Amino acid sequence: MTDTAPAIELKGISKAFGPVQANKDISIRVMPGTIHGIIGENGAGKSTLMSILYGFYAADAGEIWVKGQRTEIPDSQAAIRAGIGMVFQHFKLVQNFTVLENVILGAEDGGLLKPSLAKARGVLKQLAEEYELSVDPDTQVQHLSVGHQQRVEILKALYRQADILILDEPTGVLTPAEADHLFRILDNLRAEGKTIILITHKLREIMEITDTVSVMRRGEMTATVKTAETSPEELAELMVGRKVLLRVDKTPARPKAALLEIENLRHVDGQGVERLRGISLEVRAGEILGLAGVAGNGQSELLEVLGGYAEATGTVRVNGREVPLSGAGCDGMARRAAGIGHVPEDRQREGLIMAYTAWENTVFGYHRDPGIQSGALMNNAKIRAEAAKKMERFDVRPPDPALAARNFSGGNQQKIVLAREIERNPDVLLIGQPTRGVDIGAIEFIHQQIVALRDAGKAILLVSVELDEIFALSDRIAVMFDGRVMGTRDAAEADQRELGLLMAGITEDPGGDAFEAVEAAVEKKERREARHG
Amino acid sequence: MDKLPPWADAVLVPLISLLLAAALSALVILGIGENPVEAFRLMVEGALLRSAGWGYTLYYATNFIFTGLAVAVAFHARLFNIGGEGQAMIGGLGVAVICLYLPWPHWTLALVAASASAAVFGAAWAFIPAYLQARRGSHIVITTIMFNFIAAALLNYLLVNVMKPPGQQDPATAVFPASTHLPTFQDMFATEAMPLFRGSPGNVTFFLAIAACVLVWLLIWRTRLGYEIRALGHSESAARYAGISPVRTIVVAMLISGGLAGLMGVNTAMGEAERLTMNATEGAGFIGIAVALMGRNHPMGVFLAAILFGFLYQGGAELALWTNIPRELIVVIQALVILFTGALDNMVRAPLARLFAARRRAT
Repeated sequence: MTDTAPAIELKGISKAFGPVQANKDISIRVMPGTIHGIIGENGAGKSTLMSILYGFYAADAGEIWVKGQRTEIPDSQAAIRAGIGMVFQHFKLVQNFTVLENVILGAEDGGLLKPSLAKARGVLKQLAEEYELSVDPDTQVQHLSVGHQQRVEILKALYRQADILILDEPTGVLTPAEADHLFRILDNLRAEGKTIILITHKLREIMEITDTVSVMRRGEMTATVKTAETSPEELAELMVGRKVLLRVDKTPARPKAALLEIENLRHVDGQGVERLRGISLEVRAGEILGLAGVAGNGQSELLEVLGGYAEATGTVRVNGREVPLSGAGCDGMARRAAGIGHVPEDRQREGLIMAYTAWENTVFGYHRDPGIQSGALMNNAKIRAEAAKKMERFDVRPPDPALAARNFSGGNQQKIVLAREIERNPDVLLIGQPTRGVDIGAIEFIHQQIVALRDAGKAILLVSVELDEIFALSDRIAVMFDGRVMGTRDAAEADQRELGLLMAGITEDPGGDAFEAVEAAVEKKERREARHG
Repeated sequence: MDKLPPWADAVLVPLISLLLAAALSALVILGIGENPVEAFRLMVEGALLRSAGWGYTLYYATNFIFTGLAVAVAFHARLFNIGGEGQAMIGGLGVAVICLYLPWPHWTLALVAASASAAVFGAAWAFIPAYLQARRGSHIVITTIMFNFIAAALLNYLLVNVMKPPGQQDPATAVFPASTHLPTFQDMFATEAMPLFRGSPGNVTFFLAIAACVLVWLLIWRTRLGYEIRALGHSESAARYAGISPVRTIVVAMLISGGLAGLMGVNTAMGEAERLTMNATEGAGFIGIAVALMGRNHPMGVFLAAILFGFLYQGGAELALWTNIPRELIVVIQALVILFTGALDNMVRAPLARLFAARRRAT
């Protein structure tokens, strides 16, 4: 391999944003026909590096070499010309265009669309056969499943004749089966000689598919190793800079009486779509019930309803007492008074006011408690003093209550929310995506806090799209699909394959290849949505 | 974007904007063949170097403090209340009703009642746009500006057809009874030996405006309601999560905003004209937007910006009086200040931020 030129070679790339050094003297060689993983915590500089490679930012220093040639990449057009394609974490597709229209968008051959569309149709058909990348070219993108939308993004890059593909956190939104299929596609692409750069924070994916892996920490490339010669533990240590416990230490649950009882919960959203179709669940004192499912199957709505800011019909009892699900007395503050704490899925949009200081955020939602009033005013001195203590207990860094929430890293923002909700000692804690966008070091701490709350006899409803996290924390696992609970299993007895099928809405294991069953289910759902949409 | 240090944000940006506006104004004055230095001297002398000048400056500033605070409070909930003009007109109506139709033994009692009435009238005028925004999503900018026209028409109708004494020519109410007349600065501070503030309209309402600044500061940064208003302004989704009702908070914020704008009527109707006239507001409701923008929606900033605009108003009047600079040009100068301090804020801020960032990197 030494005599072939690397597909991509970066030499001494540096980039600073103000006082923050996002990339420090980074050099990396990506060999053609390989899958090269780049792993690192949030804020380690992975995205910045890829943005430089794709022409979004200009590096302050350093050189980019593509296929043995020094290349300037001032914009994404230049990147595409150099054969580099990028699949973003958040897809850049026009929702009401068909697959075909999206593929040719920006790569039309002339003023008239018809010849371009005809050509694209042929190319797509060929690519579909070659790489198992089949998508119906005439379906509007909005009716496609997330996994298929991602395929459209890959097809777009391939249609532009990219032979170097960058994928940024591609599995975040996929079911396990869809993720497996994606890896098969990547495998096929590699076999055809394409080069793939896979950016992820999931160690399992790195171990599963990459040939080589580079680890980034705090803007620096700390190591590049052959995947076969390393282990998840070693990579985690390289990422965080210290030894990390990858598994959650916990004893078996000793559940007691049900603290949260949900019966036949139904919720219709603003567009008139029924998002919860009769959910019944119970969460007992001293257990963690994990709610698995692909994003968008009603988990968010369930949390909103339980949190008191979406209306519903049905029955919800907290500690035996029924709470109103609509009208007066159905809001976040009333729910907190009833004993529900809530760590929302999206801490930046919901859990925190990003412009507020940390101390102001530590009473958000509890700001009407009489304990923090002095006369008509809020007792800011007391709130600040208590905030400092909470931040110390939850290891928020930097421990500065006067700093605005937006100036903390994702993990520390999450710790502020956790501190606020857990310190109020709720009977029931709702917790959505507890570690989304949180670095490994903080994940360990957050998981420990959740388990500690369970051991203190609280009922915890955990929603996560990370199946690994569900498995690591839950005592029981319920799977949601399309607004329904497909089944509940004891975590000790649950198996990945069965849960994966349930997440795609398949209750009877068809045997054989799980991909095909999932694929059939997904396509059935797409057809239904295209009809109704 | 790189952030500015707080002192630069609060002091340096408005100062540079102001200097730019002054420089451009000087060019304009030069362009019509007048001497800008002389013009500036006249403005300063007329507005700031004589006590009567201060009397005028602070009278105008009082109006701008009320309307500026009104815009600022609403803006903390991310509501753009540009209906201050109409709310102030209707506030004046509230003052007139109290002063004309009820007997008052002493001005202090009349002031309390008239202030309450002005605030209630102003708030009531803001309530309809607020309700439409909160419940129906009608954009508050559109509705409040339309309510300005409705307020003007309503006031016109009432003054001409209902409140005007018989035989009077101009559309205005009768003069308020003497027991409701507010003490002016002259009444309060002038002595035989020192005839201060002679003939100027500045009056005790100025102190009411200062009190309003303090109360608004307490409201926004020290009360639960202020906490909720700001939270809603920053993130409606987070407010919902916390259990803060957007509908209730929008309505309450707009009621307070309208009430503050309405209070301006105390200054114009009761403090200065001692009757309700048609054009008492003189665009102060709109100046309030510039004042709030320049004052960063902080009561202290609003106070300082209001004094500045008071100076511009009074200085402009002096210019029109003593030079050949036409009145229209003075409006141009005021507009330039608004343009630079309000609308073009980022033009100064962005390069300044880069400058500070570069300096930080260098050290």
